Amino acid sequence: MNMVEIKDLYANIGDKKILKGLNLELQEGKVHVIMGPNGAGKSTLSKAIVGHYDIEIENGSIVYKGEDITELEPEERALKGIFLSFQNPVEVPGVSNAYFLRTAVNAKRKYEGKEELNAAEFLRKAKETANFLGMKPELLNRSLNEGFSGGEKKRNETLQMLLLEPDFIILDEIDSGLDIDALRAVSEGINKLKDGKRTFLVITHYSRILDYIKPDVVHVLKDGKIVKTAGSELVEVLEKEGYAALGES
Amino acid sequence: MAQEEIDKAIAGDYKLGFEIDIEQDTVPPGLNEDVIRFISKKKDEPDWMTELRLKAYRKWLEMEEPHWANVEYEPIDYQAISYFSAPKQKPKSLDEVDPKILEAYEKLGIPLEEQKQLQGIAVDAVVDSVSVKTTYADELKKLGIIFCSISEAIRDYPELIKKYMFSVVPMNDNFYAALNSTVFTDGTFVYIPKGVRCPMELSTYFRINALNTGQFERTLIVADEGSYVSYNEGCSAPMRDDSQLHAAVVELVALKDAEIKYSTIQNWYPGDKDGKGGIYNFVTKRGLCLGENSKISWTQVETGSVITWKYPSCILKGDGSVGEFYSVAVTTLAQQADTGTKMIHLGKNTSSTIISKGISAMKGQNSYRGLVKIGKDAFGARNFSECDSLLIGSRCGAHTFPYLEDKSSHAKVEHEATTTKISEEQLFYLRQRGIDEENAVSMIVHGFCKDVFAHLPMEYAVEARSLLELTLEGSVG
Ligand SMILES: Nc1ncnc2c1ncn2[C@@H]1O[C@H](COP(=O)(O)OP(=O)(O)OP(=O)(O)O)[C@@H](O)[C@H]1O
Ligand SMILES: [Mg+2]
Repeated sequence: MNMVEIKDLYANIGDKKILKGLNLELQEGKVHVIMGPNGAGKSTLSKAIVGHYDIEIENGSIVYKGEDITELEPEERALKGIFLSFQNPVEVPGVSNAYFLRTAVNAKRKYEGKEELNAAEFLRKAKETANFLGMKPELLNRSLNEGFSGGEKKRNETLQMLLLEPDFIILDEIDSGLDIDALRAVSEGINKLKDGKRTFLVITHYSRILDYIKPDVVHVLKDGKIVKTAGSELVEVLEKEGYAALGES
Repeated sequence: MAQEEIDKAIAGDYKLGFEIDIEQDTVPPGLNEDVIRFISKKKDEPDWMTELRLKAYRKWLEMEEPHWANVEYEPIDYQAISYFSAPKQKPKSLDEVDPKILEAYEKLGIPLEEQKQLQGIAVDAVVDSVSVKTTYADELKKLGIIFCSISEAIRDYPELIKKYMFSVVPMNDNFYAALNSTVFTDGTFVYIPKGVRCPMELSTYFRINALNTGQFERTLIVADEGSYVSYNEGCSAPMRDDSQLHAAVVELVALKDAEIKYSTIQNWYPGDKDGKGGIYNFVTKRGLCLGENSKISWTQVETGSVITWKYPSCILKGDGSVGEFYSVAVTTLAQQADTGTKMIHLGKNTSSTIISKGISAMKGQNSYRGLVKIGKDAFGARNFSECDSLLIGSRCGAHTFPYLEDKSSHAKVEHEATTTKISEEQLFYLRQRGIDEENAVSMIVHGFCKDVFAHLPMEYAVEARSLLELTLEGSVG
């Protein structure tokens, strides 16, 4: 069964056409990987899915769990279970990381009709999860992402994912800039959420992370379109031959 | 979000812009010696007070309106303002206060009613020029605390008034202070006797109600040796087409080992999106730490008025005295604020702290002006200043003008300043995590203000938070 169906998507940033008739189906419970050259439109696709203000959708539809979400506010999409780990998470000075995390978790719990967590309950859970990811606990008390190293930001994205337990998880280059230990920790975090129901969309340039999270389907995005879809064996071919041979057909 | 949508979303948002429908006793517009005598007579003042007013008036005539602040506005016609307005029915006892006034205060959330007094706040409420009700005065009297309108104090406590009024802000201190000294109509007087810790928060609520009137209140707080008081002031005004003038003077005097904590939530009508009808708020506030180890602390949350010109200051005369200034100033719509503080270190080992947070949105312009002056005998003086600006959107502005004059060359002075912008990217990030836009903005804004809010009395911190949310509602795209 498909959790996500993207049909004939045309999306622009300003007057620049970036996605040009993109089609993509993501199956429930599966790990999909998107690879493709720099500037092909991978981040644009992920931003279009979460409703980023830069992206203007000219044509096409994004259907999530049977509902067209292209007109929904970003927070509605988030509350319905769509999560994006950003390629470059923004810094928010003055807002404590722990306070932010709790607000986000409680917004979701409220939406789902669950009781909100109090500060103590939440902190216990957050610390436990941070510890699992090998994060320094002091990162919880700092301002959100402010002055975090590249790797710390990526771990913090993973922490949010684990606490929010979304249904559809988009990871835009979660692996870039990570050291070996961080890569393993982040991968373990991702695997922890794999339950045969959640759908993952992993955007990456390297096969390294795919040694940890086994992909089910691999797509190649080139020049604003999906130009190839295959099984995990495609990764090896791409590593060897690059993208030149694909597309422009 | 497009700019027009943002503007539409915020238009007509001033929630306190209602008018109380009561009969007013108002003098015709204009200012001359007869008007001053009339006001003084209306208030049953002794001759010495009438003479002081006339003296101030003659000084005012020779002074020029200052234009150095970083604000722009249409010239004020001082002859078009009415200098006295009072509700016609004068209340003789608490029960006789016009129910419409009580209802208005109810709307403002002012705890005038008996049941609400259980919250332990003593309130003096001033509508236009007259203090209509002072609650709790009797109970305070048992401790020797005086908490009454300034008019009553002039009649009942002339010695204290003669000794302390004009002692911190001389009548010719500046143009607006001189005008206030001439026509001040009401305000609050507080005296805390030696060694007494005032057991409750004292509050005054000011409201401009009548049309084309100015409000010129004058507040004087004297904390005798070893005493403590926390005083709060709140303000609002109905929506008008014409701007109204508010020129208040506040004087604080702290004797040896005394402490005064003065908190303000200023929410005068800010005008429409072009500033039309907003209050001109030109205020002189100054505290004198007269005795050793005395302390004066100003905390202000400024969200209203179209023009604000205000520099709560401390003169640290007593050795070891402490001055503090914590401020959040918000400018949105077409508001302009030029605010800050002066810390004048005269005594030895005096110290001061300044934390100023300016928030600008839409077309708001926020200026911080701070002066730290270290006198030549102020050995061991210390100052720490932090001055942060937060910009929401791209049409607003923030400006800082810190000045330092150090004659002692022994002082330790630190200054830090930052400017942050709430970016769409930050808001989007929070929204992607399921936090809606209003909450996302208030999270960032509260994070920015928390060091100041921490200094407000609990209840006022809650009010300040929601006021801030109200003020900034819809100002972000
Ligand atoms: N705000 C913007 N203004 C103008 N062009 C933009 C903007 N954002 C992205 N683009 C352009 O859109 C194209 C697609 O960018 P996108 O970030 O989606 O690529 P990507 O596939 O994620 O690349 P990478 O692998 O380098 O992350 C690029 O040519 C990029 O320069
Ligand atoms: Mg990218």
